[in-house]
Amino acid sequence: MVKSGTLILSVAARLLMPLQLLFSLFLLLRGHDEPGGGFIAGLVAAGAFALYLFAYGLTATRAMLRVSPRDLVGLGLFLGVLSTLPAWWNDQAFFTAQWWTIPLIDYKFSTPLIFDIGVYLVVLGSVLTAVVALVENDPD
Amino acid sequence: MRPEVALPILIPLMAGATSLLFWRLRLAQRLLAVGGTGALLLTSLWLLHSVSRDGILVMQMGDWPAPFGISLVADLFGAIMVVLTGIIGFAVALYSLATIGRGHEAFGYFPLMHLLLAGVAGAFLTGDIFNLYVWFEVMLVASFALLILGSEKAQMEGAIKYVTLNLLSSVIFLSAVGLLYGMVGTLNMADIAQRLSQVEESGMIDVLAVMFMVAFGIKAAAFPLFFWLPASYHTPPVAVSALFAGLLTKVGVYALFRVFTLIFHQNPGYTHEILVWGAGLTMLSGVLGAAAQYEFRRILSFHIVSQIGYMILGLALFTPLALIGGVFYIMHHIIVKTNLFLVSGFVNRLRGSYDLKKLGGLYRTHPWLAILFLIPALSLAGMPPLSGFFAKFIVIRAGIEAEAYGVTFIALLVGLLTLYSMIKIWAEVFWKSPPEPGENEPELAPVSQREMWQLYAPIVGLALCTVFIGLNGQPIYELASASADQLLDPTRYIDAVMSDSGEVAP
Repeated sequence: MVKSGTLILSVAARLLMPLQLLFSLFLLLRGHDEPGGGFIAGLVAAGAFALYLFAYGLTATRAMLRVSPRDLVGLGLFLGVLSTLPAWWNDQAFFTAQWWTIPLIDYKFSTPLIFDIGVYLVVLGSVLTAVVALVENDPD
Repeated sequence: MRPEVALPILIPLMAGATSLLFWRLRLAQRLLAVGGTGALLLTSLWLLHSVSRDGILVMQMGDWPAPFGISLVADLFGAIMVVLTGIIGFAVALYSLATIGRGHEAFGYFPLMHLLLAGVAGAFLTGDIFNLYVWFEVMLVASFALLILGSEKAQMEGAIKYVTLNLLSSVIFLSAVGLLYGMVGTLNMADIAQRLSQVEESGMIDVLAVMFMVAFGIKAAAFPLFFWLPASYHTPPVAVSALFAGLLTKVGVYALFRVFTLIFHQNPGYTHEILVWGAGLTMLSGVLGAAAQYEFRRILSFHIVSQIGYMILGLALFTPLALIGGVFYIMHHIIVKTNLFLVSGFVNRLRGSYDLKKLGGLYRTHPWLAILFLIPALSLAGMPPLSGFFAKFIVIRAGIEAEAYGVTFIALLVGLLTLYSMIKIWAEVFWKSPPEPGENEPELAPVSQREMWQLYAPIVGLALCTVFIGLNGQPIYELASASADQLLDPTRYIDAVMSDSGEVAP
C-alpha cells in the first residue's frame, strides 16, 4: 500500500476530512430545491474518505469506516427502493412524494429525502468499493 | 392506483438491494433469489390478468401527469412479456442454486440477476422513450457484469465484442431519441405518436425510423450486426447464458414491435420493407452459422439469431395475422430457448464438456434427459404438436397471405435446417456411443440427489410450458390475437396514457 507519509498531506487530511463530511451533509440536506442532493454529496464524502485513504492507508481507513463499502451500496439501494413505497399506503402512484412535518423541531421530512440519502450511500459506497479494490490490487 | 403495473419492476429491485445487503449470507441470498423471482412471477400473472380484464393499465410515476412525468404502461403485449420474464427468472433462479459456484455467488451473482430482471421488466413496462433507454442501460450494465463473472479469458474476449456493439447501439438509440425530442418536444411515447402524425417532414421521420431500427436491431441480434451474440453467449456460467438467451435479445425485439407499431407506422412501404429483408437474412445467416458449429451452446446461440428473424418477420409483414404470429413466436421462443440452454448445462454437469465430439451415449445413462431435450428441440424446429409448430405455422401462413413468397420460402427452409441442427445435437450428444475417454480427463463429482432436483425442476417446468402452449394453441392464439389488435390500433394506447393524465393533450 502506498503510504505517502508526508507531513503536509497527513495533517491536511486530518483537518479537511471533518469539513468535507460536514459539507457533504450540508449538500445532502439542502438539495431538494437548491443545488446539491444525494449524488454530489456522496461524491464529496467519497472524496473525504479517499483523501484519508491516501494519507493513512487502507487499514486505517477500514478501521474508521467500520462497515464494508458494499454494505453501504446495499443499504443505499434498499433505502432508495423503500422510499417509493409509502405512496402506496396513501393509494397514490409509486414515487409520489410524501411530506411529514416533525412537530418539535419543525423540520419537513419527506420520501425524496430518504431517496437522496439512499443515493448518497450508493455513491459513497460504490466509489469507495472501486478505490479500495484499486488499492488492494496495488502490489506494493 | 394499480400497484401491479409497477410491482414487476420494484420487486426485483427490492430483492436485488436486499440480497446485496446480505452479501455475506449465502443462504439468505439463495432464498431471496427463489422468493424474489417467485414473487415476480406471481405479480406478473396478476398484471396479465388485470390487463386482459380491464384493458391497458397506466401508472403515472410520482403522480406527474403525462406527458411530463414518466408513465408506466401495461398493454397485453407488455404484460405477456413480463409474464415470460417472471417464468424465465424463476426457472433460472432455481437452476442457479445448483450451477452457480460459491465464487460467483460471492461476487454478487444474485443481486446482478435481480437487477437484470428489473431492467428487462422496466423495458417492457415503460411508456417513455428515454426511460426505455435507461432500462436498456440497466440491463446492459447488469449483463456485462454477469458476462465477465469469473474473469476467464474467453469471457473477456466475448465481453469486449458484446459491450462494444451494445454501446454502439445505445449511442445510436440515444442520438435518435435526441433528434426525436428536437422534432416533437416530448419523450412520452404516446405523446410522440400523437404529435408525429402532425409533422410535415416525412423524410426526417424515415431517417429516425431507420436509426431506431439499427439500434434495436443490434440489441435483437438481427442481420447484419448479430455477431456479438454467438461470440459471447457461450462463455459465462450456463445459468447466465440461459437468462440472456431467453430475455435479452427479446427486449430488442419488443422495442422494435413497440416503436414500429406505435410511433413509426406512417410509411410501412419503406421501413417495413427493410425489416422484411432484414428478417430473411437474419434467419438464413443464423441457421447457416449454426451448421458449422460443434459446440453445444454456440449452436444454440446461432439459432437465437435465426429465430429472431421469424419474430421480426411477423412485425415486418405488418398484417394482423403476422403480428399475432410474431407475438406467439416470442412467447414460444423465450421458453424453448432458455430450456435448451438449461439442458446443455445439465449435459455439461454430467460429462464436463460442451463439445459435441467429446459427448455421447447420454441416452443410455439418462433417457429422461434425452426426452426433455427432444421436447424443446423439436419445438424449436417446429414439430407438431409442440409450441413451435403453431408459431411457425402462423408466421408462414401470414407470409403466404401477404404474398411475400421469397421470405416465406426462406422461413420454411430455415425450419428444415433447424431440424437438421437439432438432430445433429441429438445424434452427437445422446445417441452415438461415447468416445474413448482421454488420458487425463478430470473426474467429475457425482451429482447429488438435491442437485438433481434443482437441475431437473426448471427443465421439466419449461418443457411442460412448451407442451402446454402446444396443446392449448387456441387460448394462447386468442391472447396473442388480442395483443396484436392493441398493437395495430395505437389510438387505444395513446388514449389510455393521455386520458389518465386528467387533462386533454395539446
